[in-house]
Amino acid sequence: MKIAARHLDMITIFDISGDIDLATSPELRKALLRELRELKIPRVVLNLGAVRYIDSSGVASLVEGLKASRDVGSRLILFGLNRTVREVLQLSKLVKIFEICEDEAQSVAP
Amino acid sequence: MYYLDRHCVRKSASGDLSETKRGIQIRRPEESAHVSRGSLLLRMELRSNPEMLCVVRNALGQLAATLGFSDPECRAVVLAVDEAMTNIIRHAYRGDAEQPIEASFRRIHAQGDGKSGDALEIVLEDRGVTVNPKKLCGRALEDVKPGGLGLHFIRQSMDTVEFSRRKGRNQLRLVKILNVQEPRKGS
Repeated sequence: MKIAARHLDMITIFDISGDIDLATSPELRKALLRELRELKIPRVVLNLGAVRYIDSSGVASLVEGLKASRDVGSRLILFGLNRTVREVLQLSKLVKIFEICEDEAQSVAP
Repeated sequence: MYYLDRHCVRKSASGDLSETKRGIQIRRPEESAHVSRGSLLLRMELRSNPEMLCVVRNALGQLAATLGFSDPECRAVVLAVDEAMTNIIRHAYRGDAEQPIEASFRRIHAQGDGKSGDALEIVLEDRGVTVNPKKLCGRALEDVKPGGLGLHFIRQSMDTVEFSRRKGRNQLRLVKILNVQEPRKGS
């Protein structure tokens, strides 16, 4: 898994690629919690378009990020969900709790 | 021995955890005897290193596709095995990355949930601590919290899920029945 960060005003966009699993999800979790809890970025956007695989540990990292965003009053937004990611989120029954946008433009819109 | 259903595990006299996808069908080892042992397709001996998960996923994805599983079924099987191995690494071995995991993949004939046919049987074995039935319960999905999803994913993805403890080893047997369709050409 690779995470590339971009910054747009008060928005951080993470472009994530590869597999999010037990080996890599701690890195995602750390990146999310740093932006949300430490830096208190008002909006963190995850571009999941290049994610090939996500498992329950990856979903757990997203949930932790979501909880952190709620704690600090920020927004965590997902976009670019491919079939694989969407299937797993639907299987987890957690897809409805996330703010999901169609594309980057929508995710960074005021 | 314990029996597993959607929300709890019940202890039994014989030793295995068993369920089918749609319910609480309990299958004792002797009741599984009608399942032929089938042919060994692949056997892997791995360390409990999370870095190995992607290796197993890639190999299994290819294997399932070769057997004729559809793309969604391939993804389901891969997810189930990945989650099972994750549970072994995290719970049975408590994060120790140097412990052995054995995975064997067989083509068998199986039946369950009103369907029968060729199936992929996956058996994972580890020498970790005894599975704690309470940890097999997963969690209520309405709880929005990290963790506890792995077993739910396994249950949803496979037709049969059986846990047992024999001779100091945890054994997890997963079966996915193949819906009738032609194997892919050129695979």
